[in-house]
Amino acid sequence: MTPRSLRDGLLAAALALISVAGHAQNAAKPEPLKSGLEFTGPEVRELQRDDFANPGMLWITRGERLWQEPAGAAGKSCAGCHGEAKTSMQGVAARYPQFDAARARLINIEGRIRQCRESRQQAEPFKYESAELLGLTAYVGQQSRGMPVNVPIDAQTRRHFEAGRDLYYRRMGQMNLSCAQCHQDNWGKKLGPETISQGHSVAYPIYRLEWQTMGSLHRRFRSCQSGVRAELLPQGSPEFLDLELYLAWREGGLPIETPGVRR
Amino acid sequence: MTARIQVPASARRGEVIEIRIAIQHPMETGFRLDDSGRAAPKNVVNALVCRYNGVEVFRAEMGSGVAANPFLSFFTVADASGELVFDWVDDQGQTGSERAALTVTG
Ligand code: HEC
Ligand code: HEC
Repeated sequence: MTPRSLRDGLLAAALALISVAGHAQNAAKPEPLKSGLEFTGPEVRELQRDDFANPGMLWITRGERLWQEPAGAAGKSCAGCHGEAKTSMQGVAARYPQFDAARARLINIEGRIRQCRESRQQAEPFKYESAELLGLTAYVGQQSRGMPVNVPIDAQTRRHFEAGRDLYYRRMGQMNLSCAQCHQDNWGKKLGPETISQGHSVAYPIYRLEWQTMGSLHRRFRSCQSGVRAELLPQGSPEFLDLELYLAWREGGLPIETPGVRR
Repeated sequence: MTARIQVPASARRGEVIEIRIAIQHPMETGFRLDDSGRAAPKNVVNALVCRYNGVEVFRAEMGSGVAANPFLSFFTVADASGELVFDWVDDQGQTGSERAALTVTG
């Protein structure tokens, strides 16, 4: 099949799958909560479980080395300020995204790393999807492996939570589908060759076999947007950060699995 | 090019041991189109050699059929403490090298 006819096939499959239903703007969590890993095949599960064969570990090795390397005008390494990642970064990814009070906006792990790179090391911040940023993000994420996501919504983040929820339920693209129509109302069902999962973010960044490389959560958001033929938002955009916060609330309690593997 | 090697921390003399290596490499087939629609030039790790205390114990030649970030494993016999050294090269002439120590007892 050409990519075009494949996409048209998916479109037809999606339209057949999703019955038109009115939606209350209530934030809802899937029950029971299930990791995306449960919707993949045994080979993918095995690959994620094997700490050597998991290709994401190559990026983590890169991140681990970068952690030690002095950089920028400050000539400091991440370790120079944070010490051993195993202790200083333990549990950090489980409580992100957070409110960055100094800049009055949400910030995720990638954002923190870019910020430390720029203002603390005085070096060029790493680009989104670069091997460096993915490697460090995955390395920081790995230090929370097995720990439950716990991002409470408070007075400072409520506005972002609500914006994220609204976006989650908003229909978009030529296919006119919302995130919730697939991941809240139809998880477990087939969409072309894939099984729709509950759409959690606990395994990110992931190694995706289709990409043949590692990718960020925002890249995954973009591939879902492109799947419904919607306009793609940029990585690191405020809208994606709002969505990330909504997902963190929705998947609260699920353990972090970084680095995940997906098909 | 980041790589990871897995070697048992120690082994008994005469024991058959598994050695594994993973290399971060896009393994461009030469058929894929890049973002601007041009064919990305073929670039794969085409040769990889492993020497155990200077003696070649494993060699792989690879082509376009191998997926990105190749993962290889092979068996060898532990005969003396020392070092395993991997060297590889891709079509663009970029080389990589990685080593691991092995302790042999008995
Ligand atoms: C000069 C010291 C310094 C250096 C170098 C530095 N950081 Fe930081 N980092 C900080 C401080 C201080 C904070 C607290 C938040 C803030 O004010 O930015 C922080 C916060 C963080 C956080 C969030 C931690 C949390 O508990 O919420 C992460 C993740 C992080 N840094 C990663 C890195 C990485 C990765 C590097 C290397 C690329 C790095 N940092 C380099 C000083 C540094
Ligand atoms: C047409 C159905 C559809 C829509 C609409 C959709 N997705 Fe997805 N999404 C998928 C499929 C299929 C996958 C890949 C299989 C899986 O993991 O669910 C996926 C994967 C994901 C994943 C990765 C899950 C994992 O465990 O790796 C996340 C996160 C996600 N989607 C979030 C979103 C968000 C946020 C939106 C709205 C902007 C959205 N999706 C819209 C179908 C959809």
